[in-house]
This record gives sequence, C-alpha cells and structure tokens, in this order.
Amino acid sequence: MRWRRIPLTFSALVVCVVAVFPVYWMVLTAFKPTKDIQAPTPTFWPTTVSFDHFATAVQASGFWLFWRNSLVVSLGGVLLALAVALLAAFAVARMRWKGRRAFILMVFVAQMTPWEALLIPMYVIARDTDMLDKLSMLTLIYFMITLPFTIVTLRGFLGAIPVDLEEAALVDGCTRFQAFRRIVFPLLAPGLMSTSLFGFITAWNEFAFANLLIIKNRDDRTLPVWLSSFSNTFGTDWGATMAASTLFMVPVLLVFLALQGRVTSGITAGAVKG
Amino acid sequence: MSATSVSSDLVRPTATQGPPPPQRPRRRRRVSIWPYLLIAPTVLGSAYLLLYPLVRNLIISVQHFRLGELIRGGAVFVGLDNYREALADPVFWAVVRRTLLFTVVNVVLIMVLSTLVALLLSALGKWLRLLVMGCLVLTWATPIIAATTVFQWLFQSRLGVVNWVLVQLGFGQFQDYTWFADGGSTFGILVALIVWQSVPFAALSLYSAMTTVPSELYESAKIDGAGAWRLFTSITFPILRPMFGLILSLEVIWVFKSFVQIWAISQGGPGDATTTLPVYAFQIAQSLNKYDLGAAVSMITVLLLVVVLLAYFRQMFKQEAEL
Repeated sequence: MRWRRIPLTFSALVVCVVAVFPVYWMVLTAFKPTKDIQAPTPTFWPTTVSFDHFATAVQASGFWLFWRNSLVVSLGGVLLALAVALLAAFAVARMRWKGRRAFILMVFVAQMTPWEALLIPMYVIARDTDMLDKLSMLTLIYFMITLPFTIVTLRGFLGAIPVDLEEAALVDGCTRFQAFRRIVFPLLAPGLMSTSLFGFITAWNEFAFANLLIIKNRDDRTLPVWLSSFSNTFGTDWGATMAASTLFMVPVLLVFLALQGRVTSGITAGAVKG
Repeated sequence: MSATSVSSDLVRPTATQGPPPPQRPRRRRRVSIWPYLLIAPTVLGSAYLLLYPLVRNLIISVQHFRLGELIRGGAVFVGLDNYREALADPVFWAVVRRTLLFTVVNVVLIMVLSTLVALLLSALGKWLRLLVMGCLVLTWATPIIAATTVFQWLFQSRLGVVNWVLVQLGFGQFQDYTWFADGGSTFGILVALIVWQSVPFAALSLYSAMTTVPSELYESAKIDGAGAWRLFTSITFPILRPMFGLILSLEVIWVFKSFVQIWAISQGGPGDATTTLPVYAFQIAQSLNKYDLGAAVSMITVLLLVVVLLAYFRQMFKQEAEL
C-alpha cells in the first residue's frame, strides 16, 4: 500500500511550498546582497548573507518613530479593550440580568462590523472633533475594533472557571471584588494573555484607518502605512523593502509562536483576519 | 474549540446555576444594578465609535455633503438624491458586477482549495500533517501589508521571480512582463493574494471539524465498498454541512468587503479594473470629495453585506444549538 502514499506526500509538499514560498522569498531577498537580487538568474537558497538591507530599513527616516507609533497605538487599543471587556465579560458570564441575551447578540453583531464601510463617517467625525492626525483617535478605533472579539473570548474563558471557587471564597468572607482578584483573575491570566495577543495582531496590522486619518502629520504614521508606500522610501531597492516587511512581520510571528496550539483550535473563528 | 462552548450557552443561558448560597436574597438585590454598570463602558464606547459612525454615514448619505460642507458645515437634506445619482451611474453597476465576480471567483477558489487541503490533512500521517499545518499557520500569520509588498516583488516585471520561472518554462512573452499595467492580470494577482491568505484559516477550521466525524462511519462505508468521492459526498459533507455554511458565509463577507489588499496594490486600478464597492466608495469620497455619494455607496455595501450576515448568524446559531 506504500505506493498509494506517494501522491499524498507529493500534494502535501506542494501545499507547503505554495504556503511558504512568498514568505521564504521575502526573507531570502532581505538577506541577499544587492548584486544577487539584480542578477538575471535568481538564486533560490542563501549563498552570502548580508545585513545591509536591514541596516537600510532601520536607518530609513522615521523607522523607529513609526515602530513606536504602531506599538503605542496597538498596545493602547488592546489594553483599553481588555479592561472594558473584562467588566462586560464578567457581567455576562457571572450574572443574570434583563437584557443579557440582547447584549450578547449585539456583541456578536458588532464583531462583524464592516469597518471598511465606516471610513468616510470616521473621517468626518475625526475632522469635526479635531481628532485628525492624532494617534489617540487611532487608539480609540483599535479599541473598538478589538472590543467585541475580546468580550466574546474572555466570556468563554470566564465560563470555563467554576463558579464554585468564587462562591467558596464569598462564603469564607471575601467580597465579590476580592474573590475576583484572588481566585478568578489568576486563573484567567492565560486567557487574558492570548486574547490580548490576538487583539494586538489585529491592531498592529490595521491599515485602512491609519492610512486615512493620519495625513498631514507624517511623523505620526504607523508601520503598515509606511510600508505600503515603500516605493516612496526605498524606490526600487527591493532588498530594503523586503527587510522592512520582514521586520514588520517578526512581532506577529512571535505572537503566533507564543500561542501555538490555540491558533489552530478555532478560538479565533470569525475574529482574526485583516 | 472554546469559541463553540462560548456561544453554546448563548442558547442556553444557565451557566450561573449552582447550589443556592445562604445570603442569596441580599446578593440578588445588589446584583440588579451591577451588571449594567459593568457593561456601561462597552455600551458607551460602542455607541460613540460604532453606532454613531454608522448613523452619521446614513445622515451624510441623505445630505449634500461635499468639500464645502466638510469645512464650513451646514449640509442640507436632499433625501435620496445621492442614492439616485449612484444608482443611475453606469460605473456603479460596472463596479457592482466586478465586486460580485471578484467575490465569486475568490470564494469558489477558497472553498474548493481549503476543502482539498483539509481532506489532505486528515489523510496524512502525523509528521507530515504537522509540517503542512505549520506552513499554513505561517501563511496565516503573514500581515496583509507584508503580503502585498511581497506579491508586488514576486510579480515585479524585470527582477520578479514569477516572470523568470515563466520564461524558463518556455513562455518567452513574460520576459519583463508588467503585470500591474494590465487590468486582467492585476485582478488575477489580487485573487491569488486573497486566496493564498484565506485558505489557511478555512482549511484548518474545516480540518478540525473533520476530526469530529466518528471514524466508524468511514470504516463501515468502506466495507460497503464506497470510494473516496462517495465517502465525502455521503458522510463528510452532510455531517459538516453547517460548518461549510459558516465558513462559506464568513469568506463571502471577508472577500466582499476586502479593501486593504486592493488599495495597497492597485488603488482600484489600472483604470478601474480592480475597483470593487468598498474601494469605489472610498475613491469618490477621498479623491473627488463627494462624501455624500461615497456614504451612499457604502450604505449600499452595508445593506448587501447584511443579507450575507443574516445567513451567517442563522447558520451560526443553528450550529451552536446542535452542538
């Protein structure tokens, strides 16, 4: 029966090559010396490793500034979402109240918001409230984009922690807040971690609003916007462009590695994608 | 899997039933205000950052709102004039047709390829399967903007590796071929990019659903002489139909509203060869300063999306009730 496995193995390898090649090519180009990039016949494996392109990318005007902006905006949005979502998730997972089902339904609907269709009103609102060209506006938007997903996931993690633990603490004389802080919160920490990492990726990758709302003050741009205009920065220096793309991807890759198993377990259904 | 368990008690909200604690009456009275305080930040945030923009979009779409009104304010109500103007424009209908074509081509490719990959995953041995899954996750993790720059590099005219491979394979006409100068080939590259990025999620979700199908079913069907195609059409697909429905509607939604890939690679061009509805709405608002018309077009986009969304939610709640 062994011959039957050959087409299977072959298809598996084809899938792997198609999936990995663009990323491989990006990293390979980033490390190639310029003369190899411009050679008429491309080389498909590393021969000489050069860090010149990374140096060009990192030294490009404003790189660290944009890196910092991206980090500030993403972290700010995600931490805000985490704090607000934790409250709401607790109300939903631990309390019975009128309107609870309607609230959950609204969160699910909000998760599917077509943000691409809200670019125009968001621009007008930002302009009216003098929030154009401000990173705080982006932070607020990223907060809102990640909030519904954060509530849904945190509610799941909270639901998995037995209520008995909390009730035992209440019987022993804890207040509701103490019970939460001492019993639930430590158990919830891994859930908080992975939820916020997924939110971070979403915010880190966001392009449409960052591209629209930061116009005049070019120092306040974020990495995706800067990277998308690579031809202004690097011209036809593809090595530097690929090095910048690689640097942009590294944090996301680290997050995926940190989450490993959870990525494939379907936890993100409907939430993590561009 | 926790996403499923999360929403399953949406249908049966009985999560907080435990043995009644002694001070129950006192606590219940206090509970009545707390949940509303706890959800207040969420409600306020959503009201300002989600509901208000949506309502504002609706309002702009029934006003005369151009550059002058943006700066000075004082937009006047014009009823459905913007919608009439948008719908009367043949360009709009060309964009709608293109958007539908774009969605259908992408979604069909995504569904077929990810089903094949999922079936492949379940047929593979452990190590090869982990390898393929690792490769898929790598693709999935690639940020959209990184992917758009890489695809522009792959299809670069003079130094791009795609042209080199095609020339090596004997297609001499691809020597220095400029992919992004031609509408059709730009459209094709965007399809390739979106399919490449979307297959991992769909394939991994379908695969993890396939692992829930009891293997006895396959074994007894094999004993009865069923072939691979028969196994899929009579067992896998019928059992996983809700999951297929769910992923299908998600992909339709995602592809239909995809904006970043198109904007970063071609900005809807060359000409308007890759202008889909979200790009079109953005273009008329941004470059022509016709915010009113852009708002009307994006309201139409939202309405079209709502149809698919309703199908998605129906499918999702049905699925959750079954599990």
